[in-house]
Amino acid sequence: MTTRRPPAEGVDTVSHAAQTPDAEQPWAELGLKQDEYARIREHLGRRPTSCELAMYSVMWSEHCSYKSSKVHLRQFGEKAPATDALLVGIGENAGVVDVGDGYAVTFKVESHNHPSYVEPYQGAATGVGGIVRDILAMGARPIGVMDPLRFGPLDAADTRRVMPGVVAGIGGYGNCLGLPTIGGEVVFDATYAGNPLVNALCVGVMRHDEIQSSAAVGAGNLVVLYGAKTGGDGIGGVSVLASETFTDAGPTKRPSVQVGDPFTEKLLIECTLELFGDDLVVAIQDLGGAGLSCSTSEMASAGTGGMHVELDRVPLRDSTLAPEEILMSESQERMMAIVEPAKIDDVMAVCAKWDVLATVLGQVTDTGRLVVTWHGDTVVDVPPRTVAHEGPVYQRPYHRPGWQDALQADEPTPQRLARPSTPDELRETVLRMAGSPNLAAKDWVTEQYDRFVLGNTILAQPEDAGVLRIDETTGLGVALSTDCNGRYAKLDPYEGARLALAESYRNVATVGAWPLAVTNCLNFGSPEDPEVMWQFAEATRGLADACLDLGVPVTGGNVSFYNQTGDTAILPTPVVGVLGVLDDVTRRTPQAFRTPGQVVYLLGETSDELGGSEWAHEVHGHLGGRPPLCDLRAERALAEILINASRDGLLDAAHDLSDGGLAQALVEACLRGGVGMRVWVPDGIDPFVFLFSESQARAVVAVPRSEEVRFTDMCTARRFPHARIGVLDHGEPATGPVIDVQDQFSVSLDDLRRARQSRLPEAMA
Amino acid sequence: MRIGIVTFPGSLDDRDAARAVRYAGGEPVALWHGDDDVAGVDAVVLPGGFSYGDYLRCGAIARFAPVMRTVVDRAHAGMPVLGICNGFQILCEAHLLPGALIRNDCQTFVCRDQELTVEATGTAWTSSYQPGQRLVVPLKSGEGGYVADEATLDEIESAGRVVVRYTDVNPNGSARDIAGVSSADGRVVGLMPHPEHAIDPLTGPGADGLGFFTSVLTSVVAA
Repeated sequence: MTTRRPPAEGVDTVSHAAQTPDAEQPWAELGLKQDEYARIREHLGRRPTSCELAMYSVMWSEHCSYKSSKVHLRQFGEKAPATDALLVGIGENAGVVDVGDGYAVTFKVESHNHPSYVEPYQGAATGVGGIVRDILAMGARPIGVMDPLRFGPLDAADTRRVMPGVVAGIGGYGNCLGLPTIGGEVVFDATYAGNPLVNALCVGVMRHDEIQSSAAVGAGNLVVLYGAKTGGDGIGGVSVLASETFTDAGPTKRPSVQVGDPFTEKLLIECTLELFGDDLVVAIQDLGGAGLSCSTSEMASAGTGGMHVELDRVPLRDSTLAPEEILMSESQERMMAIVEPAKIDDVMAVCAKWDVLATVLGQVTDTGRLVVTWHGDTVVDVPPRTVAHEGPVYQRPYHRPGWQDALQADEPTPQRLARPSTPDELRETVLRMAGSPNLAAKDWVTEQYDRFVLGNTILAQPEDAGVLRIDETTGLGVALSTDCNGRYAKLDPYEGARLALAESYRNVATVGAWPLAVTNCLNFGSPEDPEVMWQFAEATRGLADACLDLGVPVTGGNVSFYNQTGDTAILPTPVVGVLGVLDDVTRRTPQAFRTPGQVVYLLGETSDELGGSEWAHEVHGHLGGRPPLCDLRAERALAEILINASRDGLLDAAHDLSDGGLAQALVEACLRGGVGMRVWVPDGIDPFVFLFSESQARAVVAVPRSEEVRFTDMCTARRFPHARIGVLDHGEPATGPVIDVQDQFSVSLDDLRRARQSRLPEAMA
Repeated sequence: MRIGIVTFPGSLDDRDAARAVRYAGGEPVALWHGDDDVAGVDAVVLPGGFSYGDYLRCGAIARFAPVMRTVVDRAHAGMPVLGICNGFQILCEAHLLPGALIRNDCQTFVCRDQELTVEATGTAWTSSYQPGQRLVVPLKSGEGGYVADEATLDEIESAGRVVVRYTDVNPNGSARDIAGVSSADGRVVGLMPHPEHAIDPLTGPGADGLGFFTSVLTSVVAA
């Protein structure tokens, strides 16, 4: 029973707001623009209460409302390829993909960039926690995570602060949660100094009939908050941290970062899955950015339309929190469920079994209003759609930067950038590239992640794609990769986004999986800068076009703006994740060259394409020209060969060509399997271009002699370029295995391994 | 043959341990931390994970779980118990095994395919192996540094209670490269590496870990 009390000192009730229309309100401090504040008043027909203002400010933040990106993101729906693989399409939460045998898979990538710069460990940890709850809220059991990361230069002082914290945070949270980390990226570039990118992807699996809804339907159903208590952490995380640019001045923003507890999340996962299994909930949503403001308004808006919540029932870690703070808190490890009254006792019993705190906050109504009370006084009374779905939408001005033409004209020609030409110079370049920050082994990072837990990891980093088994009986599995070359995107954002998709798609096909669907995390600078906005518009258009061309729909994603320090924005970084399916994971193609005597084929065409290349970046510090040509028809043909060859058992190994070109691909595949290779440079191609060009739609494959004819017949029938470029061998006893480029140079695997393995540990020592 | 696998709040590798028991030909039985009944199982596995969030100290809270009272009693009566990673930590906290596990000397979590040498094959969990046999088994832990005082180390060495040792590298600063130890009667074994993740080349570095689970099936029959 709620006792009626007079309004507590300082509580701004709805009736008080109506009586004091001219009270000063801190809308600017909460990140709202003047016209946005005016619009809130218009929606309500009065000034908002301080609680309402708090809700609107977080829900209308860039991070939650997508107000700058919405008009561009529409293309992912408008240009979506026809497919019957999507069970739930693009929307607020993760999309759901049919992978056959009655299984559905959901996956999504999100950013936690700004918190991770302020407080690397907790920022990265809660990034993992947030995306895992997103996947859980779809009804799926989370089965794996991936982490695309970008940092400033490896030797920069701040990278030594940020990177160890981020990696430890991802490991500390993901490992403790019992989810294998199966892939991701680690990329260094000066533009990410001060703006590290910490993206986190989670994938989950469920049966078709287990998909959950987030719509609060059924007047009289109960609104249940369960999980951790609410504290003062993360207040304004989305509006203060993720929606504005960092400047040198200003107070520390550390209090805006959330603090994670993976143990609580692990219990929350098991508890939630048991609630689903016993069919106890009508709807469910996780509490992430914008906390209770988001879950109440979105669930009400999507459902019957009304909700009544008694905010004073929320269990608190800090009893001094004001109602505004409770509405905005981004305390982690919380979920909201809608439960029929008849099932509430069962829900409470399951929560008690898992030691998860659960509280009935109120009920679903058919009033069309979201009403929040605080000790009996009404502090929020709003139409939920105006909070959740009818926020501002901006047509931000954009234009092609004045410097774009000059940048593209600055081609890395031999006259502009000196190329290695002698055998010794080529050998030195191979070694240098193998040990460069972006190409060196990432074991220092990935050894801090558990890749084994759950026992279904078939492939994990540094393989081309992560592969997880989802059915032990049939061998059905999924493959995932995330990719983006931000330098390509800087040279041409439209092509760069297409190339990011092409690489991710190629990686999934390289392990033998059929690509089905796409998620993305679009990391850019400030949308208020028309040149950045142009990059964003071009990248979005490019990605939507490429998805249509390759027949893979976007199922969801995330936008992160304001990744810039002062006037300097990050490289445009549209990270693209592709999900593929394997009917039988025992057929997966690994990366390692393992068996002497097998022949190696280079698939695809190589031309002089070094614009945006790793070689130009590492050796000359140069970024200019055009990115490599993106030929999606060739990508699709290559993928079909790789997938069919895998199914037919024609390949022993495969590795896609990307950053660093052929040389790097051979180094990685040989080192992974510990065998050497004699390499023949085909006639008519310059050895440097052969080794370091980053032409797309290429892969190297190791073919057993017994399958060679069948394999080349397959390529010939499909008219796909394939060149026999070498044979695997043990090397001489004196040297051990070597990569021997005939008539050019020889380099031992020991030397390559030393160069590749030592770089990150030495930098982080 | 029924092998119980305990799920504590925060256990992570319980499903994997159950799978390993199944692969070995045993019948896995799920046990709940809150029950003091072990359902008449023939042996128990305490799986890896972060029981109770590893708060206070790894394994320090789990040892007080109701199920542990029975496990400890039965272990004293000769029932085989295997503690893997967090399970090893719990067995040390419960004083079924000597020593303790501390933070890795490198200060980071370490996940790698670890080479081990089997030193003792007389235990309930290692009878399928040959003395000196090399295994590759995943190691994944942040607090895997084995420590004990010198007298204890000398004692377990001379009694043949060092079950497995790290070989290619010592990944966490463990005293005398010790990766696993046994009770005096060889029925209780704890180790930091995860044999349940090395039961199938498809999902692990190989199948070298399966021997732990096949060993106990024969041990129980013999006993």
